[in-house]
Amino acid sequence: MSDATVLPARQGANEVGMARTDYKGAPSTLCQGCGHNSIAAQIVSACYEMNLIPEKVIKFSGIGCSSKSPFYFLSRSFGFNGLHGRMPSLALGAAFGDTSLRVIGVSGDGDSASIGMGQFKHMVRRNLPMTYIIENNGVYGLTKGQFSATAEKDLFLKRQGTNPYLPIDICMEALVANASFVARSFAGDPKQVKELIKAALSHRGIAVLDIISPCVTFHNQGGSVHSYVSGKEMEQPLHDISYIPKRDEIMLGDFEEGTTQEVELFDGSKIVLKKLESEYDPCDRWQAMHMLEEAHLNNWLVTGLIYVDPSQPTMYDIYHLSDTALNRLPAGKIRPPRAELDRLNSSLF
Amino acid sequence: MGTSAQKGTVNRKIIDQDYVNCFSITFSTVNGSGSATANTTILRALFRMGIPVSGKNIFPSNIQGLPTWYTIRVSKQGYTGRIERDDIVVAMNQASILDDIRYLNPQGVLFYADDIHLPEIPETVVTYPMPIKSMAKETEAPAGLRDYISNMIYVGILAKMLNIQMDKVQLAIEYHFQGKEKAISSNMEIINKAFIWAESNLVKQDPYLVEPMDLTSNCVMADGNTAAALGAIFGGVQFCAWYPITPASTLAESLNEYLPQYRKEPETGKATYVVVQAEDELAAIGMTIGAGWAGLRSMTSTSGPGLSLMAEYMGLAYYAEVPVVVWDVQRVGPSTGLPTRTAQSDLTFSYFLGHGDTQYIILIPGSVEECFDFGWKAFDIAEHYQTPVIVLSDLDLGMNQWMTEKFKYPDMPIDRGKILWEEDLTKHLAAHENRWGRYLDIDGDGIPYRTLPGNQHPQSAYFARGTGHDEYAQYSEDAKEWENGLNRIKRKIDNSRENLPLPEIRLNSNAKIGIISSGSVNPAAEEAVDLLLLDDLPVDHLRVRAIPFSSQVGKFLKDHDRVYVVEMNRDGQLRQVLTLEFPGQAEKLIKAAHTDGLPLTAKWIKETILSYEESRK
Repeated sequence: MSDATVLPARQGANEVGMARTDYKGAPSTLCQGCGHNSIAAQIVSACYEMNLIPEKVIKFSGIGCSSKSPFYFLSRSFGFNGLHGRMPSLALGAAFGDTSLRVIGVSGDGDSASIGMGQFKHMVRRNLPMTYIIENNGVYGLTKGQFSATAEKDLFLKRQGTNPYLPIDICMEALVANASFVARSFAGDPKQVKELIKAALSHRGIAVLDIISPCVTFHNQGGSVHSYVSGKEMEQPLHDISYIPKRDEIMLGDFEEGTTQEVELFDGSKIVLKKLESEYDPCDRWQAMHMLEEAHLNNWLVTGLIYVDPSQPTMYDIYHLSDTALNRLPAGKIRPPRAELDRLNSSLF
Repeated sequence: MGTSAQKGTVNRKIIDQDYVNCFSITFSTVNGSGSATANTTILRALFRMGIPVSGKNIFPSNIQGLPTWYTIRVSKQGYTGRIERDDIVVAMNQASILDDIRYLNPQGVLFYADDIHLPEIPETVVTYPMPIKSMAKETEAPAGLRDYISNMIYVGILAKMLNIQMDKVQLAIEYHFQGKEKAISSNMEIINKAFIWAESNLVKQDPYLVEPMDLTSNCVMADGNTAAALGAIFGGVQFCAWYPITPASTLAESLNEYLPQYRKEPETGKATYVVVQAEDELAAIGMTIGAGWAGLRSMTSTSGPGLSLMAEYMGLAYYAEVPVVVWDVQRVGPSTGLPTRTAQSDLTFSYFLGHGDTQYIILIPGSVEECFDFGWKAFDIAEHYQTPVIVLSDLDLGMNQWMTEKFKYPDMPIDRGKILWEEDLTKHLAAHENRWGRYLDIDGDGIPYRTLPGNQHPQSAYFARGTGHDEYAQYSEDAKEWENGLNRIKRKIDNSRENLPLPEIRLNSNAKIGIISSGSVNPAAEEAVDLLLLDDLPVDHLRVRAIPFSSQVGKFLKDHDRVYVVEMNRDGQLRQVLTLEFPGQAEKLIKAAHTDGLPLTAKWIKETILSYEESRK
């Protein structure tokens, strides 16, 4: 077995001997300037900086532009591009093959907020340990520019006309379904995106990241929250977020006392939230919902860690599984011995 | 009014061997009244007397209140198919009495709750009133339990009137209540009381009787869904995602019941399996495919409407070459159809499932034993060929109690197919010029090698997808790559023909006519072959057990002048598929299809064939 961790140190290698290129994917075939490309780059950076072994990550997607993007990061990780709106179920089944793997899912607003709303909410309800990124651009890109369920009311798009419906708020849906980690970010704010991805990857449970990711081809017009220009204008960060790995606690000293809130995650790493103008406690689910409603009424793009509960039991906890990965159990462990069949036969009438 | 059977009148010969261990009893009750326990008790007692029996529950899609029927066939010849005629009716439901009498043999027997107002009944029918209400009242049981007790009363009366051994009734009750002393004794008390009442108040006037035999000693009673779950457990099932649907729910529920008993690690008590109740069938199949891809022995169970929802994901599993096992316990469609009645009408749907060119390996068990056997074999086949396997059972097989030989331990080691873990991949690369492609056909059998998530070899990972891909699992819209890939999958599945469960063939001397059947039709078809032989029409019988068909099926068609394809659907779906696969023999195939929600009978098969043969003269 050739284990990546025993490779000799290379230039620019991280603690597990991997260079940044070891986390790269195939060249993107999405449009130049697509927000999704910037998110893929931040996933690469986050995994590199967190010293993850690519073979210990599995990635999933549904259908749509967003769902192509797992091909553009972590080539050395197994991946499965499933059906439109049904990636959560695929990921859930696969995750049980080896629960030691980190699971990344990439979806879009069409994939999760329309066709896949049912699977999205049920995955959240089960608290499957997974980083679930929704690349949210308010529009169907791959089918050329139809409204998605997250498009703002009264939005005007060429060839579509005016959107008559109120948008679905993915973060609110996640909260209502009892998500244990909910965050929103903006592809034009790469630092925040990266810190949130790191926090999500360290969270034990479902981590929903709704990342506004402008579609430069079909929907990048001023005035819309889903555009680069207006997104930036409307963005209101809840806090300045930093992810601190367990071994780097020393870095905590960099923060001025009284100005930060810390949330400790399952693996001992910490999210440090530097307060901005307003007080916001991401451990208060009710406040989170209230904030989202207020943001909706005022047309603010509020970003940051909206809600986290690091202690919620996960789906894995209820199954009491073998310490060996299920997909490595030998035949002798999965077929009961002959005597057990005799016992069974004699127990029947 | 039929012949009264009050004490003192005897007007029929009491013992006639034709009537011993050879009749049917139908219990006509109200759904939700707890009659299942009473009916199963009688079935089990007869079984323990060594007499071949079968039981069929004809029930409505309802929890409480509508009429429901349970028929027990007692057959010293060992026939277990449905018969149309009721020799004995136990009538407990005023609402269905007219129907009950319509199906009653004119020479038959009617036991009835004495508060039922009887309509006109043929003179030749023997009737026995049963004081159900008054006896139930005497027990001073709470009102809520009266219906239940009422059913136990007819157990006692029947035991007396048919000679069912009371020690066997006791065994059945003990098994049902699994050692709960109070329940056992209170039920036996009622049954005994009813027995004694019958002894002193009724006089036997009909000829139907049972007597002990020795034909069930190596058998157990089970339903196909339980057998399928147990087979899967001995086949190493590791993952099942399912969504409740009649008549498939009890399959997954049996997994939930038995997995904790048989599949925990002895040293740690930890589970080697996962069962998830999904939010719908779209998710159930998605989870199942995810797990199959990740290297778990993965299955789901459903019925027609659920299979409809699974179509898109099944196409992906076919093209991405993911092994999964899908049990379809068929009910009557289209649409919601008759959810609690049986059919074989998902065959062509399963055969063509999904858009684009697809093809699935289909297994069709014809008995409870086979539900167990296919329960484990299906995983070996799915993993060997890296493809979805659909197992077509049906409500009759899945939910009814059948006598079955004791389950046999798998006679083949587990076949995981071509899986490469770290060291295997290193060797594979060394042997093949450093080449490994997920869809690369190295061995020329159409079956590539697969790696599984968690493999730490840096060359092990690949990106699975439903979009066009090349031999290395890279996205590709290349025309040649596409067609080559699709044709390789076809070759792989074609190669499976002779390695799937082969057809079961019964030949009679000089037969020019054949019957082809599949699945739960088998008992009736086998009986029909016997009946036709008595009518001097020898026929051969081939039972299909898997699709794609073995060459033996083609030979059977060649060897016969005419072949009746007997099945439970409207359009003759098995005949349609045979026509496609053997176009040169298509003219020989005659449709013998029927669907009314009830299992086929030997009588119907025989008469259909005879009338067709007659029309040819």
